Amino acid sequence: MRAFAFIFLLTPLAALSAVTGYRLDSSPHDLRDLVSLQSGARTYMNYCLGCHGLQFMRYKGLTELGLTEAQIKEHLLFSADKVGDAMKGVADPKEAKAWFGVAPPDLSVIARVRGPDWLYTYLRTFYRDPKTVTGWNNAVFPNVAMPHALWSLQGEKRLDIVAHGDSAGHAAVEYKWSEISQGSQSPAQYDATVRDLVNFLVYVGEPAAAERKAIGIVVLFVLGVLFIFAFLLKKEFWKDVK
Amino acid sequence: MNEEIKVDKTRRNLVVATSVVGGAASVGAAVPFVASMWPSERTRAAGAPVEIDVSKLASGELGVFEWRGKPLWVMKRSKEMLDGLGQIEPRLTDPKSEVSSQQPRYAKNEYRSIKPEVMVVIGVCTHLGCSPQVKGADAKAEMGGDWPGGFYCPCHGSKFDVAGRVYKGSPAPTNLEVPPHMYLSESTLLVGEDQEIKGA
Amino acid sequence: MESRPGLWGWFDARMPSVAEQWRIHASEYYAPKNFNFWYYFGSLALLVLVIQIVSGIFLTMSYKPDASLAFGSVEYIMRDVPGGWILRYIHSTGASAFFIVVYLHMFRAMLYGSYREPRELVWIFGVLIYLTLMGEAFFGYLLPWGQMSYWGAQVIVNLFGTVPFIGPDLALWIRGDYVVSDATLNRFFALHVIALPLVLLGLVVAHILALHDVGSNNPDGIEIKKLKDANGRPLDGIPFHPYYTVKDIVGAVVFLAIFSFVMFFAPEMGGYFLEHNNFIPADPLKTPEHIAPVWYFTPYYSILRAVPPLFNSQFPGVLAMGVAVLILFFLPWLDRSPVKSIRYRGALYKSWLAAFVVAFVILGYLGVNPTTVWGQFGFDAFFLDTKEIATWAARLCTIVYFLFFILMPWYTARDKVLPVPERVTA
Repeated sequence: MRAFAFIFLLTPLAALSAVTGYRLDSSPHDLRDLVSLQSGARTYMNYCLGCHGLQFMRYKGLTELGLTEAQIKEHLLFSADKVGDAMKGVADPKEAKAWFGVAPPDLSVIARVRGPDWLYTYLRTFYRDPKTVTGWNNAVFPNVAMPHALWSLQGEKRLDIVAHGDSAGHAAVEYKWSEISQGSQSPAQYDATVRDLVNFLVYVGEPAAAERKAIGIVVLFVLGVLFIFAFLLKKEFWKDVK
Repeated sequence: MNEEIKVDKTRRNLVVATSVVGGAASVGAAVPFVASMWPSERTRAAGAPVEIDVSKLASGELGVFEWRGKPLWVMKRSKEMLDGLGQIEPRLTDPKSEVSSQQPRYAKNEYRSIKPEVMVVIGVCTHLGCSPQVKGADAKAEMGGDWPGGFYCPCHGSKFDVAGRVYKGSPAPTNLEVPPHMYLSESTLLVGEDQEIKGA
Repeated sequence: MESRPGLWGWFDARMPSVAEQWRIHASEYYAPKNFNFWYYFGSLALLVLVIQIVSGIFLTMSYKPDASLAFGSVEYIMRDVPGGWILRYIHSTGASAFFIVVYLHMFRAMLYGSYREPRELVWIFGVLIYLTLMGEAFFGYLLPWGQMSYWGAQVIVNLFGTVPFIGPDLALWIRGDYVVSDATLNRFFALHVIALPLVLLGLVVAHILALHDVGSNNPDGIEIKKLKDANGRPLDGIPFHPYYTVKDIVGAVVFLAIFSFVMFFAPEMGGYFLEHNNFIPADPLKTPEHIAPVWYFTPYYSILRAVPPLFNSQFPGVLAMGVAVLILFFLPWLDRSPVKSIRYRGALYKSWLAAFVVAFVILGYLGVNPTTVWGQFGFDAFFLDTKEIATWAARLCTIVYFLFFILMPWYTARDKVLPVPERVTA
């Protein structure tokens, strides 16, 4: 009998199947950092909302990040009149599709699709590529239609991808990064900017996440107490049996 | 015999204790289900306060807007309209607006509003909910020679004056409802919120 | 006849069948006293059914079954409806929990021979419940209208299109359109919310009535009704109420704790309970790289994929998948052992059951992944007609799966058995 349970428990190990492609960095975001979230919101409104909507997120929700409605109205309310409205993207989707070949997707739940590690790496691995339409390419998402929206902050980089076999005959890919021009932020500052932006996107993906975990603790505690009583009750009645 | 009684008592106590904790847990579990039926953020956004520029209304003009799905009437009352408010009091059911459910504290006056020249009421008859029609002072032919102007509900014949007060003999029992409102500036009226209930 | 006092007395005098049913099914239903861990899953399945119905009702208050509104309405529930995210996570966790519980419940039947005479009908109703549940889950999964919802439905409905002669018309009739579309969504909504839940409830009632009419099995596989006391009550039986009501409450609390842990701390379960790609709105023009059904269907999906096209048709694979499920119906008649419970069976049955479980789990794992997941054979192996390791494994496991059933009449009759006890053991 135990064997069956053991087999069931082993199956997740199989998830170690390899994922090929550019190795993802671990996103250092922290959802409890309200300042980081506010900064991410600002970066998003300034650099992303032009093309990418967050149609399932209301401006009013930003009050959870420690902002007042007045602050939201004054600094962040770019694509709506009322604070209760949703964060629609500014660009017309049909026009954007004509410009980029594909309509820029709404990013409300992108963090749940791609995961924060992917987003964090993606936003930091754009490089100049004369062969693409936009002149930009990306190490994590080859031939992406999106140009480097944050290039003024990061600067321009160049990527040389070298494929060669190693001594054992296995194929290996080497990524060589080099700088073309500097942006207005240092690499460390840019990483922090992206970290905050990813933090914001993760928050927008599931605004109830913090509440969910908090309630979860209470629920488990109550069930723990209930278990004690239910167990004692069962033991008491089962004294009758045999 | 005593053993049995003790066992029974233990059992009863455990059943009670488990039931109490279980009951509390069940109530807790019911909370999200009940809560989910309250108005959602989308509904509250749609029901958010409405801003109206009253300077754009001509004297005697009725502007019809919407607030929380119901018709919102904002009327610039003329001097004649305001002067007539006192005279018709004998013909009204509740001339002093004693029924407190129909208007906020600051509208319990003769003109039932903050500014005398601006009427702010919900255009829904207090009888069974139809929307009354505007019948100005010139409609005396159909409303009678002593009609000073006001509102007439076509469904069952209720009549209201230019302060939304109901005439005696109308099926409608109370005056038209005055919503919470306040002035953000001389010309900007905000309906749905006032100094007392911020963010209602 | 003396009448009982108070409100209850008034009611009981007018509807005595309520108290009578309580006696028949609870306070005087004598169940074997040796129920173990495996016996929790029946009542837990009932609990999950109730959970799904209640959470489903409240979700229906805000969900919109329209192709242009569905995805947005789910996000509306997650964000704008107070506590809506709780409802959603209850329902999504509950769907997976239902299958975990049901699979364990079915496994209990296989361990202890609960499908054997006189309980064949209980088993048949059970397999019908399983089939209905699979349909219910399939219809429900389209509703969020994500990429996985859409393309999973497209693939499965196309399977019906492979049926010879009537296939294309059948698929058209199911879909109500030439591709999965708003018409399909609306009818799947009706089936998921009303039709199949009613069928499910009816089958569950039948399942329990059929069981109570003959009495429950137990881990020793012996019939407790053979030995009764002076009052006609089974010697090894105890009234379901209060003993098993009180025990099942403990089981329910433990289950709810695990359920809550998943719901509040890992609702996506690594992408198995809520798939990552389903957070992309359905796009009929763009097929995702990798379509897989939800984890609880993957063993059968694996079997489907393992069977190569024959006679230029995919139908053999569909047939194999269908037979893999339907063969369950025949279990009571395939098992020719003189004993019911695995405790008294020999090594043959135990080995085959173990092989079946391993094959089922491997098939399940392979079904979630693309067929390239284990790469190719380094050497030129063409055993089982494939170079892909995963496909080879799937074919092997499919054969094991079917042989478990097909050879059962032979190995259960031949197997050594131990003498069964007169009275139940722990």
